[in-house]
Amino acid sequence: MDFFDRFAIPNPSIAIYASMVAIGLTVVAIIAGLTYFKKWGYLWREWLTTVDHKRIGIMYLISALIMLFRGGVDAIMLRAQLAVPDNKLLDPQHYNEVFSTHGVIMVMFMAMPFIFAFMNYVVPLQIGARDVAFPRLNALSFWLFFFGAMLFNISFVIGGSPDAGWTSYFPLAGNDLSPHVGTNYYMMAIQISGIGSLMTGINMITTIFKMRAPGMTLMKMPMFTWSVLVTNLIIVTVFPVITVALAMGTMDRLFGTHFFATTNGGMDMLWANLFWVWGHPEVYILILPAFGLYSEIISTFSGRNLYGYKSMVASMVIISALSCMVWAHHFFTMGQGALANSFFSITTMMIAVPTGVKIFNWLFTLWKGKIRFTVPMLYSLGFIPLFVIGGVTGVMLAMSAADYQYHNTMFLVAHFHNTIIPGVVFAMLAGLTYYWPKMFGFMLNERIGKWAFWLLSIGFCLAFFPMYITGLDGQARRMYTYSEATGYGPLNMLSFVGAGVMAISFALIVYNVYYSVRYSPRNIGADPWDARSLEWATHTPVPEYNFAIEPHVASSEAFWDAKKKGHELFPGKVEKIHMPNSSGVPFIMSAIFFVFGFSMIFSLWIPAIISLIGIFACMAHRSFENDHGRYISVKEIEETETKLRGVN
Amino acid sequence: MKVKSALLMLVFTIATVLTGCEPLMVLDPKGPQAERQAHDIILSIGIMSFIVIVVFAILIYVLIKYRASKASPDYEPPHIEGNKWVELICVGIPIVIVTYFSIVSVQSNYIVEAKPQAYADKEPLIIYASSSDWKWHFSYPEENIETVNYLYIPTDRPIEFKLYSYGPITSFWIPQLGGQKYAMSDMTTTLHLAADEPGEMMGRNANFSGKGFAENMFNVTAMSQKDFDKWVKDVKKTAKPLTKEEFNKLLKPGHLGQMTFTGTHLGFNPPPEHHQMGAPGEKEGHSDDSHMEMNMDMSDHQDHN
Repeated sequence: MDFFDRFAIPNPSIAIYASMVAIGLTVVAIIAGLTYFKKWGYLWREWLTTVDHKRIGIMYLISALIMLFRGGVDAIMLRAQLAVPDNKLLDPQHYNEVFSTHGVIMVMFMAMPFIFAFMNYVVPLQIGARDVAFPRLNALSFWLFFFGAMLFNISFVIGGSPDAGWTSYFPLAGNDLSPHVGTNYYMMAIQISGIGSLMTGINMITTIFKMRAPGMTLMKMPMFTWSVLVTNLIIVTVFPVITVALAMGTMDRLFGTHFFATTNGGMDMLWANLFWVWGHPEVYILILPAFGLYSEIISTFSGRNLYGYKSMVASMVIISALSCMVWAHHFFTMGQGALANSFFSITTMMIAVPTGVKIFNWLFTLWKGKIRFTVPMLYSLGFIPLFVIGGVTGVMLAMSAADYQYHNTMFLVAHFHNTIIPGVVFAMLAGLTYYWPKMFGFMLNERIGKWAFWLLSIGFCLAFFPMYITGLDGQARRMYTYSEATGYGPLNMLSFVGAGVMAISFALIVYNVYYSVRYSPRNIGADPWDARSLEWATHTPVPEYNFAIEPHVASSEAFWDAKKKGHELFPGKVEKIHMPNSSGVPFIMSAIFFVFGFSMIFSLWIPAIISLIGIFACMAHRSFENDHGRYISVKEIEETETKLRGVN
Repeated sequence: MKVKSALLMLVFTIATVLTGCEPLMVLDPKGPQAERQAHDIILSIGIMSFIVIVVFAILIYVLIKYRASKASPDYEPPHIEGNKWVELICVGIPIVIVTYFSIVSVQSNYIVEAKPQAYADKEPLIIYASSSDWKWHFSYPEENIETVNYLYIPTDRPIEFKLYSYGPITSFWIPQLGGQKYAMSDMTTTLHLAADEPGEMMGRNANFSGKGFAENMFNVTAMSQKDFDKWVKDVKKTAKPLTKEEFNKLLKPGHLGQMTFTGTHLGFNPPPEHHQMGAPGEKEGHSDDSHMEMNMDMSDHQDHN
């Protein structure tokens, strides 16, 4: 093969060439803009090298929104292709690539950074800390994620995208049946960002265990922090599994090993097992922080404490334990026999119990409350009924004998979108609206936000409920087309219309940001929602050091107590504050990881070896570096405090 | 029980009406296994609808009753930690439901994984169903015939499918006869089905298997044992024999119409039965030349029919 052939797209189309041009122009525009406005130094000093958890959180947020757009465009293409029978909009290969990247991007590069955004931004504020436990590791986590995501996205224009589904089952994902480099991209990009996720897990657990404000015992932590703790325990438990599985898959594809091959002692279902041992807990990694956000929001806008705090915590811990015992329900139809299926069927259904407890606790939090219908609250209230539908269809799927009929059909697709969109995406949009004033110092417009919420909810129902029906009528998932005789046409057209309504809703959210940047008032104070936990006790914008004086806590709603019961939140006086220094090494190291990943994907061994040495050099540099951080003087703190108090 | 079955019928009718006139394939069973599965599905839809309605009702009630616009401006919501009894009920009811479902689920597992009870006294017909990109091969070892992309089966008799694949993992699925099961290239799985009445049905591969996946379907015709025997006799008279060369040609990636042969490929290209799930580890070397056929150049992938 000619050296440059490997970079060509195996399946070119006008759309891809147009995207290449668009990507090229965007890059040129960004570089030109940065140069013209002389922002290179600002970008490097304030963002690329920052170790501030708030800025890292905002960068996660921006990345997640961009990826939401990318994954959403994929989704629209899929629905457009299926809107009418025998459609020729996409050919099968193109369709396969689009649904594969849609899944990977939405799970790995949209939902994950979205939850990391809130973890990073909110948790240290909520526990009264100045930063996370390992700020520089945190920056490394972000940049590894970022470069992993970029690596995955360039597959679209260089070499071709993965085409074996987001689950990438072998032997379909092996070299014989997927000969182009797409699946290499899958292996390397998820690997690189996965290492970042694992580091975040360690970082967040340490932060929550070691850096809580005085008085904040574990059972006095706000519910979001609890959800983040449980989530990160799952991350640390299961991410090593996907790391190993991806490494084995990479070796199968690049070095001719036979872990997942069907010959020479390999086993194709081994991949499926390893993938889902990580993959199923992964969905709880996404949903638990969402539960945490809903708990905060529902409590705030009901004007009440969260009902059943202890059972909320217990149910999350139970969910996290069960989540690691259900993976085989993803292949009830593998032929593992009635006994194994019965076991996994029962463990799967058991998850419904703690989840039900949470739903009832939210309902009882509304009970006797004073409910304000703000945009974050609307998302949370929309979540409850829609998620219940997703949850009960989950119990239906858990009945393994019946699952033989649901498996691989649109019924399943409807189910998991029904949990992930009202569960995770609604939570992220609720969290975005809720924390926006804390992050940026102004509120998003409520009226536009409400329009977006209603359109999204209606669009969601239109798009996904028909799939339950077509699934029961025998429409398999991942088919690029179907014949008119099947009769799936009208319902799929309805789904397409629903997807269009959802797209309009996302466009409205983008417009809302633009509108609010221009017109929203800026003097909103530190606590615009009349909220209850510590993150609202500090100024807006949040100073670099978060709290001038360390807060002292006596309940899970310390800030509410301070407002209503005269609890003294900040006893003591201002002292000098120790803060970490910025560093360019995480960015540089991650960029080298990008080069390494790219070289591996295309089997360019010499650059791969050189970049690997570069990665170890960065680690060695860190080991021998003498960086003890810096102090912010009392005078500087007092100046900042006076200025911020003046703002509010 | 009367009430329950009436309720089930009601849900069934609603589901049917909602989707137009034709009943949904999965809920229109033509065999005992599919019937059991449809029963489980309808049962769970019924009970789950009840839960959904309860949650909706509570939610709507609290939202109307406790909205801020209705409350007096000086109303301060109380601080309530939780109530042992309320929480016990919230745990108890789901546990009861899940327990009930678990019992049903376990029973059904053993039913669908065994020879259909209704025809327990009859000798099963064994059919080897193997997939290759993107077609299905059906071998009838007792009758010594083989078909491609279509399946004739006798009614009122258990059918035991032996499933395997000459390529990616596929899933053998005839919705109206029963749920699907995977076909893999390194082991053989077993699926028990049976048909109650004569008729034509859709069968397909349900598991994504690459470019030709969407068209990876086959026709199923159920007929009386007498008609089936007659068909077998006709095939033996008219069809040409399946040779190894011919079969290797069939395995090439692409789409084929319906084909009929005498003889089966089981002799010269045996299924990976020695690697049954749960069987002790097997030495390498079950990959014969048929597997190598899968590695051929991808140019053949293009011939859609």
